[in-house]
Amino acid sequence: MDNAPDTALGIGPTVEPGRGMRPSLELSQALEPQSPVALFGADRPLAMDSGVDLSPFQVAYQTAGTLNAARSNAVLICHALTGDQYFAHRHPVTGKPGWWESLVGPGKPVDTDRYFVICSNVIGSCMGSTGPASLDPATGRPYGLDFPLVTIRDMVRAQAMLIEHLGIEDLFLCIGGSMGGMQVLQWAALFPERVFAAMPIATGARHSAQNIAFHEVGRQAIMADPAWAEGRYLEAGTRPAKGLGVARMGAHITYLSEPALHRKFGRRFQGRSAPTFSFNADFQIESYLRHQGLSFVERFDANAYLYLTRAMDYFDLAADHGGVLANAFRDSKTRFCVMSFTSDWLFPTSDSRAIVHALNAAAAPVAFVEVESDKGHDAFLLDEPAMFSAARGFIDAAARARGL
Amino acid sequence: MSGAHKTGLAPWQATEALPRSEAEGGATRVDHLVVLGFVPPGARVLDIGCGDGALLALLRDRRGVDGRGIELSREGVNACLARGLPVIQGDADTDLANYPDDAFDVVVLSQTIQATRNPKIVLEHLLRIGQQVIISFPNFGHWRVRAELAFRGRMPMTEILPEAWYETPNIHHCTIRDFVGLCRLVGAKIETAAALDASGRPMRFSMPWWFWNLIGAQGVFLLRRDGTR
Repeated sequence: MDNAPDTALGIGPTVEPGRGMRPSLELSQALEPQSPVALFGADRPLAMDSGVDLSPFQVAYQTAGTLNAARSNAVLICHALTGDQYFAHRHPVTGKPGWWESLVGPGKPVDTDRYFVICSNVIGSCMGSTGPASLDPATGRPYGLDFPLVTIRDMVRAQAMLIEHLGIEDLFLCIGGSMGGMQVLQWAALFPERVFAAMPIATGARHSAQNIAFHEVGRQAIMADPAWAEGRYLEAGTRPAKGLGVARMGAHITYLSEPALHRKFGRRFQGRSAPTFSFNADFQIESYLRHQGLSFVERFDANAYLYLTRAMDYFDLAADHGGVLANAFRDSKTRFCVMSFTSDWLFPTSDSRAIVHALNAAAAPVAFVEVESDKGHDAFLLDEPAMFSAARGFIDAAARARGL
Repeated sequence: MSGAHKTGLAPWQATEALPRSEAEGGATRVDHLVVLGFVPPGARVLDIGCGDGALLALLRDRRGVDGRGIELSREGVNACLARGLPVIQGDADTDLANYPDDAFDVVVLSQTIQATRNPKIVLEHLLRIGQQVIISFPNFGHWRVRAELAFRGRMPMTEILPEAWYETPNIHHCTIRDFVGLCRLVGAKIETAAALDASGRPMRFSMPWWFWNLIGAQGVFLLRRDGTR
């Protein structure tokens, strides 16, 4: 089988079990992030939906801009599934620029010259906020699957504690896409008086059956990897890189769209002019996906991926309010701007419209824009001038209304 | 035709209450001022097909209304966002079903009903959603429209119907008399009605329906659900 090394993700031989623990980058970020950290001791536990009081715990965060004297210009950015707090800062592992520098920065729609912008790593993730890769104080070893299941509401509660810790009473704006959009909706539902304006982008008030299905495939890929070691891979010194890589490959397809895939890759061959009659990565799209899988495992923890996908699956804001989504926003004074993208089939426009209808029924002020894009779900992270102009209009008008 | 248009406050009386400089201000459309005259201060208003939000902004600034909008075009929605107006990108034909009964004091449908796929269902939704409905449309019974069809044998193109038949969004034209018939059919009580000339100026005299139907370029109606039905 001379084509064997090219058939898998190409990382199998380097992560044989029992090679001894090597300090991986993502683990070091989980324990000692290169960003500020808010520590919450035994006196301030995180009351989680699972019934567990998590204590002690920490929230890693980044900020940009300056808080004004009235403390009225705070913006909270909520990151997506595999995102982190480095929204406008170089990533400590990949060295890449901040993930939302297209939208956030000096003179950008979320203007760091005007607003104090905060983004924290969510609870359950692996970039410095407490999660399954953190050390369990009860045992001194990584939590692994002993970490309590996390919900979107738990993430928001932790963020609220961080905001308080920073001396901020209420947010001028809460904004985020995908899982970040779920947090925005949860913020508006849980703390309506503490969110002046909310922008949930490319998201839904609940995770659809199809989306749960895709997540389950990813989780099963991770758990089917022997190197996962029942979630104890950090102590075993292994990494379920193959499983996590496959999970990422599958998920990545859901972030794109058929037209975008066709435009970028079509059926073009990768570095060859004819098929090799093997299972090599003949096609550019195969090569691209393998690269996505490989680069992802360098920066992300497999157990954190299990926990965060589960948090999204459990999200159903209507179910938390007697089955009526409008009840989640009753008497809300928050001004909303909901945004979707035409080619997003993971969180299609119909999901956003359901949010808009609920907000209308609750008589909350809501704007809605569907941005024409062929870039699929990931469009919210990319250069989409129509998104920027709508965001700028909404945020500028909200700032005027708040006297900023 | 019962002459129902003669009851209640005529729109031009309302507009005359405005300072003259406002009514004549170049930036504000005259037909918007007619609508303004119908809307009580502080009302909750839904403007369907709100375009760039000019009317909603006017109502907000002059009447202190809590205004919402629905607009089909992205450009229009963006213009509304920049004015700080809560406007959703949507379609009168599909989105009105999602609004609860009596959600608004006033619902405005300006120059849009003739472009909907199902004007009757749209009108029924308007009456259900709003306590009052203000609706305006181009009058296909206008003498110039009739003349184009009668003497030239061509689909009319006029100041307020500028597009050729093959590119116009207006798929359900009606005359003022047709509209009065629809109001009767769906149980809408006509509180006030007015005919406007092509520039949107109210025609300052009272005449029977057949006359308005001939010389009015647009019809504006203030409707309410007929509680007696």
